[in-house]
Amino acid sequence: MAAALVNVPAKAKRGAVIEIKTLMSHVMEPGYRHTAAGEVVPRDIVTSFTCKFNGAEIFRADLFPAIAANPFLSFFTTASESGRFEFEWIGDNGFVANASAAITVE
Amino acid sequence: MSSMFRLSDISRRRLLQLAGTLAGASTLPIVTVRPARATPAMLTSAIRNLVGEANVRVGKVRLDIPPLVENGNTVPMTVSVDHPMTAESFVKSIHVFNEKNPQPNIANFHLTPQAGRAQVATRIRLADTQKVVAIAKLSDGSFWSVSVDVIVTLAACTEEMP
Repeated sequence: MAAALVNVPAKAKRGAVIEIKTLMSHVMEPGYRHTAAGEVVPRDIVTSFTCKFNGAEIFRADLFPAIAANPFLSFFTTASESGRFEFEWIGDNGFVANASAAITVE
Repeated sequence: MSSMFRLSDISRRRLLQLAGTLAGASTLPIVTVRPARATPAMLTSAIRNLVGEANVRVGKVRLDIPPLVENGNTVPMTVSVDHPMTAESFVKSIHVFNEKNPQPNIANFHLTPQAGRAQVATRIRLADTQKVVAIAKLSDGSFWSVSVDVIVTLAACTEEMP
């Protein structure tokens, strides 16, 4: 089932730019492949990824079939205060997955 | 000594056999039926949809993709914009397009000033040797772009299911 991996530094100095890495296990079936019988395999992808920090959106990505299986995303943010990152993946066929990570800013 | 020779002879024969099967496998995708592809015209219209009538300047954006890709199913890609991220002036979004996949879009990334650095990395699929284009939209409404040519030896997206 849906397994998320997120990598956020546990601690950071105030004002430091930190990297956040996320990985979601998902087939990302592009919807352009055929079975040997000639039928199209229906599309099943993650279409949207959102990262919120203390409730405010800091990063969002719209994904398309051209994203490889098990979508990996890495992006940056400035550590301003201690708090919690919330991650959400939304996809075809009602796919929803969540993860979160805490950071201490000193 | 003679046994040594024989050993190396066998391993060479095996290597040649292996090379033969690999060559056979690589010719397979040509036989399979491929769906309609995005065309350079679709790429142009996808970019038009994004920028409208605005002028797209070349520069500021950097797209890191290996120039020669063996497997188009996972291609590491990093896109970054050489622009400060302050509340007054920042990179609003980065859009990545391709020329010859079934569909011209790859991803849209929406950033905020607190990102600190306008850089995103992911892994993408490429169905053919083609051009990849990244366009950044800044907070002042200007667009900046870069395009990179990538050679792909094993295509993604269109192969048959096992």
